[in-house]
Amino acid sequence: MVVTGRSLFEKVWDLHIVRDETGEPTLLYIDLHLVHEVTSPQAFEGLRLAGRRVRRPDLTVATMDHNVPTLPGPVTDPMAKAQLDALRANCEAFGVELHGTGSGSEGIVHVIGPELGLTQPGKTIVCGDSHTSTHGAFGALAFGIGTSEVEHVLATQTLNQQRPKTMLLEFQGDLPPGLTAKDMILGAIGQVGVDGGVGYVVEYAGESIRALSMEQRMTICNMTIEWGARAGLIAPDETTFAYLEGRPHAPQGDDWSRAVAAWRQLASDPDATYDTHVVVDVTELAPQVTWGTNPGMVVPVTSTVPDPKSFTDGDDRDAAERALTYMGLRAGQPIEEIAVDRVFIGSCTNSRIEDLRAAAEIVRGGTVDPRVTALVVPGSAQVRRQAESEGLDQVFLDAGFEWRLAGCSMCLGMNPDVLAPGERCASTSNRNFEGRQGRGGRTHLVSPQMAAAAALHGHFVDVRALAAEPVAS
Amino acid sequence: MKAISEVSARVAVLDRPDVDTDQIIPKQFLKRIERTGYGQYAFFDWRFDEDGNERSGFALNQPQFAGARILLAGRNFGCGSSREHAAWALQDAGFDVVIAPSFGDIFRSNAAKVGMVIVQLPEDQVKELMESVDLDRGSELTVDLEALTVTTPEGRVFPFAFDASTRYRLLNGLDDIDLTLTHEAEITAYETSREAR
Repeated sequence: MVVTGRSLFEKVWDLHIVRDETGEPTLLYIDLHLVHEVTSPQAFEGLRLAGRRVRRPDLTVATMDHNVPTLPGPVTDPMAKAQLDALRANCEAFGVELHGTGSGSEGIVHVIGPELGLTQPGKTIVCGDSHTSTHGAFGALAFGIGTSEVEHVLATQTLNQQRPKTMLLEFQGDLPPGLTAKDMILGAIGQVGVDGGVGYVVEYAGESIRALSMEQRMTICNMTIEWGARAGLIAPDETTFAYLEGRPHAPQGDDWSRAVAAWRQLASDPDATYDTHVVVDVTELAPQVTWGTNPGMVVPVTSTVPDPKSFTDGDDRDAAERALTYMGLRAGQPIEEIAVDRVFIGSCTNSRIEDLRAAAEIVRGGTVDPRVTALVVPGSAQVRRQAESEGLDQVFLDAGFEWRLAGCSMCLGMNPDVLAPGERCASTSNRNFEGRQGRGGRTHLVSPQMAAAAALHGHFVDVRALAAEPVAS
Repeated sequence: MKAISEVSARVAVLDRPDVDTDQIIPKQFLKRIERTGYGQYAFFDWRFDEDGNERSGFALNQPQFAGARILLAGRNFGCGSSREHAAWALQDAGFDVVIAPSFGDIFRSNAAKVGMVIVQLPEDQVKELMESVDLDRGSELTVDLEALTVTTPEGRVFPFAFDASTRYRLLNGLDDIDLTLTHEAEITAYETSREAR
């Protein structure tokens, strides 16, 4: 038998096999189950109806994020309140640790997992949320599940999974100055298409990945689902270990060195093989801006809105035409001439401390364009405290931004933070689907720096040019 | 879960790619804590205008598609959010089967969990089926999960592949958690061996 090397994904998968019978899906053990208010009530109700318990409350952690208001005060939406109350009651009844609103440790589930040190290399992590792929940045196998699977994990701490195909996505070359992880992943999605990863688990590799901070790696892995792959992993390295060391749930003392030694073994073997290998060249990348209604409809800021006629595939052409109508754009319009009404800096893609620092650097000393309403929503209560201790809140407030409480907020508009019909938003979130940020709202996905610059100028600008020019407002 | 084996029913056509779950069930309906009653909200923002009037141009508002239990759709159907509410909404709106060239992975898994049949056919075959639909009077198809075929009224047969374990579970209406709990001893053994490491 020829023994070939194993990839990071294969190592993590193999470590979690409870049962593997030919012709059946693999029964996979789950190390960490993250829970939020929107996709869990029906799962807890299912347990209750069947008289089941939560098998491992010690491996289950809940938070409130999707529909919490980001302004102080009580929850006034009765349906949101009922859902939040249900989560609190379910966590109490089933013995699940809850990081609820006001606890000081609440926040977006994909921000607090890493921040608390719950997210660790080699773990299997699931959550009833498609952006669970975020945690793959640590070399964990992390993916989103539906409510039936949430109930299954609560009851059994396992999931039945078909072994996915594997893909290596290699970012080649050094990332040019002024570019971010957001531009890398948007550029990649533009290249491979929104369904390019369907059926795959992807490993992100290349020198430009190794050079990224954990925050930036999370941005990359977060948007894995936006091109159809359910999970995206990055091999853990010194950057990963430095981020995790000393965090509340990270191993301590001797356990820490043992854990790091084990984590070092997770990286893909040099002779590991993949079903597919894709290369994305980042050396010519420019800041990315989406123009349409899915994340694959993206162009460089220096470019123009594409002509639907330029698409060879008939379905793509029709989709582009529908997108331009919905977005209120015309073919050939320069991206830099598109004016925005709203700016949203936040979401599980770009709401971590480093994102806020990067945005604040652009904002410092500037003023939000009078036609723009701009919002900063930190990803967690801890990110908010950290930003305030660095004075970032004041930078944003002085410029005319609103400084809000932590939550998912305008990424999906389940709380009161929504776009009005026809309003156009530069957003650091992950989805520009129709109606995503509010019915009739028009979303352009960008990096935190690009969003901050759009807020000051009232339209999209190339952040690479800003260093040379003063803000003209 | 209700067992499902053969669906002979009217089809509806939604011929566009990348229909995301935000469209299938918009976020304003995710605040409900119930598992039922989502059908009335399926494709809400596409079906109704801001004033609540039906949009006559939207495919699924066409009278010849009324009562459809089979949905023919474009590639990458159900991409995006993991919300199982999308499957609940489609099923509650009457759809037991979706036929498309490809599907979002999470949607496909969610739909199977609630007892829907997700049929993947090559893109040219899906187009052929779409073109065969009588847009004046509507058409029917038969989807047979035992035989793994889609059959047109004219007798054209399209075989499809389907995961064997999911098929067994759907045909017998088996509960996933009950099945897994028959392996309780193996789960406990795994936990014990992990702790010993």
